Amino acid sequence: MNRIGKAFENGKAFIGFLTAGDPSLEKTEEFALEMVRAGCDLIELGIPFSDPIAEGPVIQQADLRSLSAGTTTDKVFQMAADLRSKTEIPLVFMTYYNPVFSYGNERFFARCKESGMDGIIVPDLPFEEKGEITEIAAKNGVKVISMIAPTSQERIRMIAKESEGFLYVVSSLGVTGVRTEIETDLDSILKIVRENTDTPAAVGFGISTPEQAAKIGQIADGVIVGSAIEKLIAKDGPEAGKEIYAYVKSMKDALKRI
Amino acid sequence: MSKGKYGEFGGQYVPETLMHELHRLEDAYEYYKQDPQFKEELHSLLCNYANRPSILYYAEKMTNDLGGAKVYLKREDLNHTGSHKINNVLGQVLLAKRMGKKRIIAETGAGQHGVAAATGAALLGMECEVFMGVKDTERQALNVYRMELLGAKVHPVNTGTGTLKDAINEAMRNWTTRVDDTAYVIGSVMGPHPYPMMVRDFQSVISKEAREQILKAEGKLPDAVLACVGGGSNAMGMFYNFIPDREVRLIGCEAAGRGVNTAQTAATIATGKLGVFHGMKSYFCQNRYGQIAPVYSISAGLDYPGIGPEHAYLYKTGRAQYEPITDDEAVDAFEYLARTEGIICAIESAHAVAYARKLAPTMRKDQSMIICISGRGDKDVAAIARYRGRNITE
Repeated sequence: MNRIGKAFENGKAFIGFLTAGDPSLEKTEEFALEMVRAGCDLIELGIPFSDPIAEGPVIQQADLRSLSAGTTTDKVFQMAADLRSKTEIPLVFMTYYNPVFSYGNERFFARCKESGMDGIIVPDLPFEEKGEITEIAAKNGVKVISMIAPTSQERIRMIAKESEGFLYVVSSLGVTGVRTEIETDLDSILKIVRENTDTPAAVGFGISTPEQAAKIGQIADGVIVGSAIEKLIAKDGPEAGKEIYAYVKSMKDALKRI
Repeated sequence: MSKGKYGEFGGQYVPETLMHELHRLEDAYEYYKQDPQFKEELHSLLCNYANRPSILYYAEKMTNDLGGAKVYLKREDLNHTGSHKINNVLGQVLLAKRMGKKRIIAETGAGQHGVAAATGAALLGMECEVFMGVKDTERQALNVYRMELLGAKVHPVNTGTGTLKDAINEAMRNWTTRVDDTAYVIGSVMGPHPYPMMVRDFQSVISKEAREQILKAEGKLPDAVLACVGGGSNAMGMFYNFIPDREVRLIGCEAAGRGVNTAQTAATIATGKLGVFHGMKSYFCQNRYGQIAPVYSISAGLDYPGIGPEHAYLYKTGRAQYEPITDDEAVDAFEYLARTEGIICAIESAHAVAYARKLAPTMRKDQSMIICISGRGDKDVAAIARYRGRNITE
């Protein structure tokens, strides 16, 4: 039974991202459980990639730290399965297509199922290329999360119509990372989304403060935060757990007030 | 429904933010490539500015020395800016201008494409920013300054290995931030569709001319055509009009660095496997978990962990063959061509010369081959001196 739907049953969803293996896989598991305790509704686990072209400097560096520490796709699966034995929170992978493809699509998604993963986000598999994985993912009960960007325009409709799990609405042009202002007309994008699907839509890229979360939570079904959490890990390394808990709690509290 | 496929290779594996713009680019290209005015303007720039057609030179001394096939050199090094890169840049910048762009960005390895892009931007009045691996800005300092003289801003890229692949990552990231007013002028037959097709079309002028020139000189087609391959743009341009001529062997020469059995290599066909990166499905040097491998070659222009998708297709179908050439062989060939023919070619092109030295003696005297001299070697002189243990300052 896929758990992603549950993420959106508890008011506006807070979706948090962790680069698996930064600073170690044991710590990723610990941080994930802190996030669960703080009220996080869904966790994205990043399988690190050497060349993450959609990421800003914060997540690029997290990926490099993780790879330098010896993280591999096999070890991430083991950690995910271990985490799954301790929590029922919806879990999705976020990675680039080459680590999936080189692992072998069949083998990769079979292991997703074994590890209790609910979905996957692959930023370099746009609508036109997602056919590479949709069938095999479905066979293993893994939802393929699609992205919508500020430039999607006439593409929003077709992407929304085929969406599953949730829709990842990219708030701004550019790469991931903290932004002070979000200028995209998210209202119009979300309106087209809702005309075409019932799939929940969460907004990510550049969100870091409770004020931003509250503002976006008014129009979207959830917010996605990655770089702001990874910044805490870059600062405090293995000791970041407490701060992650406090931060996620402040974000979820802001969403609860909506 | 995925477009721009060469067999299983190619495609458009990029973030959603870029998809709308890639479709716009594809539409604009399909329109303007048929537009008589666009074609005339490009043709005129190629002839009156870039010095086309480039000559096909019969290398008589080299031919006699090797004692086999007649060796011809397609002299792309004589183009304005010193390499074949200008052929593609003029096409793409002209197209960007038609699309209403104000600014172009480009990646560069050896600096040849960066210099060509900066030149095209200066000529056509566009802003230009070039992304270059920090390691490459050091080994190709002369080209950095050339770009700056031409009014471009050069961004040294510190991430990853600080070479060409990182420069492409950074250029792609930058493009996603300013996709509206910026055209990404990719320098090779790589990246997402329509780039591999568009760059190949703009570079195919090389083989269009060479085919006519060799028929005039020899009265028949050559037996082999050779070119160096990094991403593969000069090779694709050199091969393209010979692809239907099944009797012409097409040979790409890739950079083996310190050898294909070492980790210090950039020979993608010899050591890579199928993968998806930089917008395309093709062969890439990578580890067993799909992490892109750090690659190495003395030649900054061939120091790339992938190869264009159409090359992957030509390889898979057996239409072209790909041969690894080590640093040592390339440096020897660089010096050989200088002494034998008085031509200082780019260290990239020297990889093709190196394979020609092995191949020509095995061929008959009534056979012929063409080597694409993709660029001139002024930029490499200091590095070659260093390789030979002499430190000279430029």
